[in-house]
Amino acid sequence: MNHFIQTPVGSAPVARARLQSLLEYDRSLISHADLLSVLREEIFALIGRHAGIDANKVHFMVVRGSTTATLTVDIEIPFRVRPTDPVCV
Amino acid sequence: MGKVIVVTSGKGGVGKTTSTAALGAALARGGQNVVVVDFDVGLRNLDLVMGAERRVVFDLTNVVQGTVKLSQALLLDERLDTLYLLPASRTRGKEALTEDGVARVISELRDQFDWVICDSPAGIERGAILAMRFADEAVVVVNPEVSSVRDSSRILGLLDFKPLKAETGGRLERHLLITRFDPARVACGEMLSVDDIREVLPVPLLGIIPESEDVLRASNLGAPITVCGRESAVSRAYVDAARRINGEWIEMTVPCENKSLLTKLLGRRAA
Repeated sequence: MNHFIQTPVGSAPVARARLQSLLEYDRSLISHADLLSVLREEIFALIGRHAGIDANKVHFMVVRGSTTATLTVDIEIPFRVRPTDPVCV
Repeated sequence: MGKVIVVTSGKGGVGKTTSTAALGAALARGGQNVVVVDFDVGLRNLDLVMGAERRVVFDLTNVVQGTVKLSQALLLDERLDTLYLLPASRTRGKEALTEDGVARVISELRDQFDWVICDSPAGIERGAILAMRFADEAVVVVNPEVSSVRDSSRILGLLDFKPLKAETGGRLERHLLITRFDPARVACGEMLSVDDIREVLPVPLLGIIPESEDVLRASNLGAPITVCGRESAVSRAYVDAARRINGEWIEMTVPCENKSLLTKLLGRRAA
């Protein structure tokens, strides 16, 4: 008899709602990644104007908390600053 | 110059390999030269679905590494004389496939065949990226289920910039293939509908493949469903999808099984 008695609302609307919130979360992560790459580029350019820095020695790290995220930037700056500066012998 | 299609999904077990074999065989039955390529190095399955596992001697990795010629690794299908299989290696790691090597093999295949259909491994790692790297078109396989739809959404994102075609300013043609669809469950609100899925994955629909026991039967027998289960609803849906890939316009329907009145009265078989 169960075939004739259907619950008024199935599980599909729940699936739909869960999917929507998951996708919102995924998109927020992606926009975060974009922000990080913008920050990385601009900080790199700013410091690069004053010191010759090696792209391989720049570390960006983001630690996500529940409401905020912490950005840690670790850049190695050589003493002999610009590659174009005259080298003292 | 043939077209290269990647069959991808992100999530495993949604029907990539079944779909690769079914679409390949359907196109070959139409008289076109088709090769299906297994990119799932280490976990190859396409040879099993095609029923060619006992004949595999060389594989994609051997050809990529240049140890054997392409012609030595290609296996002709036992039933269709325009369908070939290039199997994956079962023992070597994914690292064995270099991008340059894959580029060379795909280009050779493109010269020889009308269609090169690449069966992607699950996931979004190197193997999956390599499978989509040289594609002209992508078939994104999805089940009406939350995790599958979410993973396919990520794959669509990757298809925007990972393939060479996208990198060089072009745009990959993308198709959505919904598999394991059960209209009865949708009707009683227990499954995501086609519209629900398309809202999240807004790409042209290639086909709707119904859930069916015939898929397991074809896999048991080792033949593409479009070869051994020709009269089944699944086969008809795949044949229509293959014709759409080929540029034909075919009305989109959800094929139904031809059930007897008695079966209908007794209710649906348990899924």
